[in-house]
Amino acid sequence: MAQPKVLLLTGYGINCEEETAYAFQACGAQTAIVHVNDLIAAPKQLSDYQIFVVPGGFSYGDDTGSGNALANKMRHTLWPELMAFVAADHLVLGICNGFQVLVNLGLLPGDTDNSFGARRVALIANSTARYECRWVNLLAAETDSVFLRGVSSLSLPVAHGEGRFYAPAETLSELKQRRQIALRYADSEKRPARGFFPANPNGSLDDIAALCAAQGRIFGLRPHPERAFRSSHMPDWPERLALAPDSDWREPGPGRVIFENAVNYFS
Amino acid sequence: MTKTTAGHRLEIFYRDAELDTRGLLLQDKLNSLGLSAVVEEVRLSEVYTLEGDFSQARLKEVAGLLLNPVVHDCLIDEARSLGTAEVVLEVGFLPGVTDNIAHSAAETLADAWGTPLAVDQGIYSSTIYYIQVANLTTEDRRLIGRILANALIQRLDWKDRSSYVADKGMDCIIPRVRLEVGKKISLVDLKISEAELIALGKEGIIDHCDEQGNIIRRGPLALDLPSLAAIADYFATLEQRQPTDLELEALAQTWSEHCKHTIFAAAIDDLEEGLYKTYIKGATKKIRQERGAEDICVSVFVDNSGAIIFDDEYLVTDKVETHNSPSALDPFGGSITGIVGVNRDTVGFGLGARPIINRYGFCVADPRDYEPLYRSPGGGNQALRPRRILDGIVDGVRVGGNCSGIPTTQGFLTFHPGYKGKPLVFVGTVGLIPRKTESGRLSHEKAARPGDYIVVLGGRVGLDGIHGATFSSEALTGGSPATAVQIGDPITQKKFSDAIVKEARQRNLYSSITDNGAGGISCSVAEMARECNGCRVDLEKVPVKYPGMAPWEIWISESQERMTLAVPPEKWPELEALLSNRGVEATVIGEFTDSGRCQVSYQGEMVMDMELEFLHNGQPVKYLSTRVRPSVENEVVLPALTELPLAELFTKMFKRLNLASHAYVSTQYDFEVQGGSVLKPQVGRNQIDGFATVVQPLPESSKGVALSQSLYPAVSDLDTYAAAVTAIDTAVRNLLAVGTPLSQIALLDNFCWCSSDDPERLWQLKECARACYETAVCYGTPFISGKDSMYNDFSGYDGQDQALTISVPPTILISSIGVMPDISSLRSFAFVKPGDLIYLLGSGGSDLGGSEYLSLLREESLVDAGAWGRVPRFDPGALLPLYRSLQKWIAAGLFRSLYPLAQGGLALAVGKGSMAEGLGCALKIPASERADLLLFNEYPGRFLVSLAPEIGAKLEKEFADNSCTRLGRVQADEEIIISQNGEISLQTTVSSLLTAYRSTFAGF
Repeated sequence: MAQPKVLLLTGYGINCEEETAYAFQACGAQTAIVHVNDLIAAPKQLSDYQIFVVPGGFSYGDDTGSGNALANKMRHTLWPELMAFVAADHLVLGICNGFQVLVNLGLLPGDTDNSFGARRVALIANSTARYECRWVNLLAAETDSVFLRGVSSLSLPVAHGEGRFYAPAETLSELKQRRQIALRYADSEKRPARGFFPANPNGSLDDIAALCAAQGRIFGLRPHPERAFRSSHMPDWPERLALAPDSDWREPGPGRVIFENAVNYFS
Repeated sequence: MTKTTAGHRLEIFYRDAELDTRGLLLQDKLNSLGLSAVVEEVRLSEVYTLEGDFSQARLKEVAGLLLNPVVHDCLIDEARSLGTAEVVLEVGFLPGVTDNIAHSAAETLADAWGTPLAVDQGIYSSTIYYIQVANLTTEDRRLIGRILANALIQRLDWKDRSSYVADKGMDCIIPRVRLEVGKKISLVDLKISEAELIALGKEGIIDHCDEQGNIIRRGPLALDLPSLAAIADYFATLEQRQPTDLELEALAQTWSEHCKHTIFAAAIDDLEEGLYKTYIKGATKKIRQERGAEDICVSVFVDNSGAIIFDDEYLVTDKVETHNSPSALDPFGGSITGIVGVNRDTVGFGLGARPIINRYGFCVADPRDYEPLYRSPGGGNQALRPRRILDGIVDGVRVGGNCSGIPTTQGFLTFHPGYKGKPLVFVGTVGLIPRKTESGRLSHEKAARPGDYIVVLGGRVGLDGIHGATFSSEALTGGSPATAVQIGDPITQKKFSDAIVKEARQRNLYSSITDNGAGGISCSVAEMARECNGCRVDLEKVPVKYPGMAPWEIWISESQERMTLAVPPEKWPELEALLSNRGVEATVIGEFTDSGRCQVSYQGEMVMDMELEFLHNGQPVKYLSTRVRPSVENEVVLPALTELPLAELFTKMFKRLNLASHAYVSTQYDFEVQGGSVLKPQVGRNQIDGFATVVQPLPESSKGVALSQSLYPAVSDLDTYAAAVTAIDTAVRNLLAVGTPLSQIALLDNFCWCSSDDPERLWQLKECARACYETAVCYGTPFISGKDSMYNDFSGYDGQDQALTISVPPTILISSIGVMPDISSLRSFAFVKPGDLIYLLGSGGSDLGGSEYLSLLREESLVDAGAWGRVPRFDPGALLPLYRSLQKWIAAGLFRSLYPLAQGGLALAVGKGSMAEGLGCALKIPASERADLLLFNEYPGRFLVSLAPEIGAKLEKEFADNSCTRLGRVQADEEIIISQNGEISLQTTVSSLLTAYRSTFAGF
């Protein structure tokens, strides 16, 4: 299959669906933005797609815990279809609030017996108790993540109030053992942030910024790769232009590779 | 409020105290309040109170839906162990206040159970603070209470350890709204004494008498005697009956300063057409005529926002609003309602534009000012302190903007003592709309047609916001109604906003749309009715939050997150199905007609039936006259330069409230969402506040939308004409500097005035408006939208119970929007390459009136306390040749950096250029200049630029006529060295400057 089909969820405060869809299209995928109620009304349509995306946003305004209310809704209405989707050789991506939805649904990190549905980790209020919108550096950890093939480090923006990763000690060591930690926050010299703000923008345990599961086919990350898709997205773009006025704003940004990897998985 | 046991409490809290971040940070915050006791620990619980009977199994199910089992514990109908806490405080909402958390919780339950809660069931949120502290005094409790709650909208329940234990925890309180049902319409007699009429206009219709026999009125109508006389005359002669209370309330809304801008519309001195038509619309009209085919305006002053051409397929819209009075009372509620409200001015533009960028601007007093103010004598009704106001308004825009998925890129903070009584909260939204819909309709044109259904959608109507429009037309005093305060619900709005601009508009499902803002449906329906000349409404069909509202309350309620649509009957089934599927409540409440009348019935009884013409145009024309306000400008005697600690003053400038880093605000706002951010709020690796931002709204187009703004309140104190010219020049120059051609720039005006009945204040207003006209016409930059707020005064008492009035400085905010042909012409102000030449383009002068430097000298007692100086005066026309040459150079990509000089002058430009990327500079001040005056004067019309050394000679040649001064070079290290006549005048480093720059708001 050359051109995978991507379903991007929208509704109830999800707000990054269009730029995320654009990123997939620009990498050669076919995309459909589907309202969660339309998907619930016809859940079988999920099997027409190869990539399922829960984009970033503020589902239900982050009330009752970010990603919680939408995860509850999906658990009640879409669970069998989601399980069938994951069981097939498909990809699932959750960005920012979407990562929280996947965690609250129990799709990430999944259980040691490779089952899904249990909530085992949490993303809670930032240690600054404040919403943070800033660019961060990330180091790819040892994983099988399909989305991070060929990636060792990258720079992406975060924008969230509840991104502090937490897991009980035994779960954390199991995540390391099972190579499920996908990205860690780092400083500008690409050294682990070791919890220090602002390199680690939210106080995440072990600097964890992303997780993966199911041989790397399910991927959830706190930062926004779709917002670092091209040169003109980069915070140093104006200064780069000053030194090289002919720079092309369409040149790839560091986030693009994540979408390319997803699309190329099906080629 | 009903205290009852017919409810259940779910208390959710972090199992591990280490994860209770809010509690940990709150401890520090409380200890910074100057309490008599030390707070040792604070722990939080989130409480959901369920109203109605629920089984234990059902409650456990609810808990499972609302908590996170990985980190939370939950107690059901059981008090949490106090641990070492000595006092407990619960904060919940008062009845009827928007409770977004509870709203989402109710939706979650409905999702899980497949059915919404029953009418006699409910869910309410609250927060409990468990505080470990010994011997908390009453004053301590008051201080803590003021930080954690706002008594206008929230209840605070305190218990000490013993009563908490004795009562087995906090009480189960259910804040259900209970109103007396069956309120009727009444007639209002206008044949009363003049004193009675004045009371009616100022304090409102008599509602009832209380037990002591005092007359209780419904709240200000803000109608003056001539207006009341016109109303009395209309009803006596044309309708031959008395007006109903609803009609009078509706007229008060429609004729309010807020809606009709009576002062801007009034004839003033020799200007028969008034300030708005003569100077603001007049400027745009003249510019559009002169531009001819090059006109960029498409829809100006006729809709909820103004629109200019983006490209062949799209328009961009812009609108900037204020929300000052509500923000003084409840800063969070005021600002969130403001930002979410101005988003609707985008969705309500044309057939519905999509909001793509938010703007903000906060004018407050020094947040370190702790001198109390009171609204009532004897130390009653204390006004919120500047710091509390600042924190609240920052939070409100954060929640409103971020939850709505609209990038909040462009904004500012401005500090001035005059904002202590009433802050100014500016909120704006830029929108994008295809020029034509899929069916080929021009999207900026709309008209309700006779027979169209009147449809309201979004949130329900409650008592919140009653008298909002008339309230902002009166100065703030002790009698201000708390019902004017409300809290926005961005998710409810996000749902309908998406449904309209992403689906319904392209499917052509409605003929017209407008926002419900001030005056609620009384204004929106009556306004749309003008498009077809009539309307008929069945008021009982309007969905309400709770029973018992009087008809007039339903008609004028300003409950937020609502739009009004005109829907052809044949399109209604499709629209209703779409909205219902998107979780949006929509209701037909009547139909548009061509009767020439606005007709409203309630349960079959006609409660309003009057001519639209009188409703909209019946207000008597006001004649205003002005009187010249004497100038306080004077000569400043400066100390000799050798007596001034120049290096120290230089560093202090970067710590000033207005010039220091405000990054703590902009990093709380998501400026990246929608994926179009190009020039961000901060510049360079050291994240220095910029003066403009650029967004690329379409991912395949190289075009950008550039935004900036400017205001000079300290100059306004001396000369409002100069303040407007300077603000327009700065707002325009900021966009030029980032690569926007002059021909693609449009402006928005926001006048926030004070004591607008005072002829001297009106003279200042007239001068300011005249400057707007002359400068905009000179630059060819049209006004496309504007708003004014005329009574920003505080009347009350100080700490010694002395009466005082604090008026805002007459404030003119100019916002600028421009379309960049190519984002590749963008440059920042960062010095990027060692050895690059640094030039100052344009010339200044020595006047320091209204400058940050003169304020600093006064504060440091280096000049007289009454040294106001003279404001910079200049001819904007003389600057145009420089701007035109500059534009060519920018388009050719010849500059490496540009900084348009503004507050702080050259010093700020040099410091920020250096700090951004950490490259210092070595500059020489010409022998003819006095160093401090050159560094700190705030003459507009100037740029600091850096460029490659090899093109320096070319620049000097081409800009020879425009005063081009070579100052020096960019350094390879972080040294900043400024010298004159071979001697070092001041020397510092990027690091020490950064420390100063970041210090002021470090703890915010």
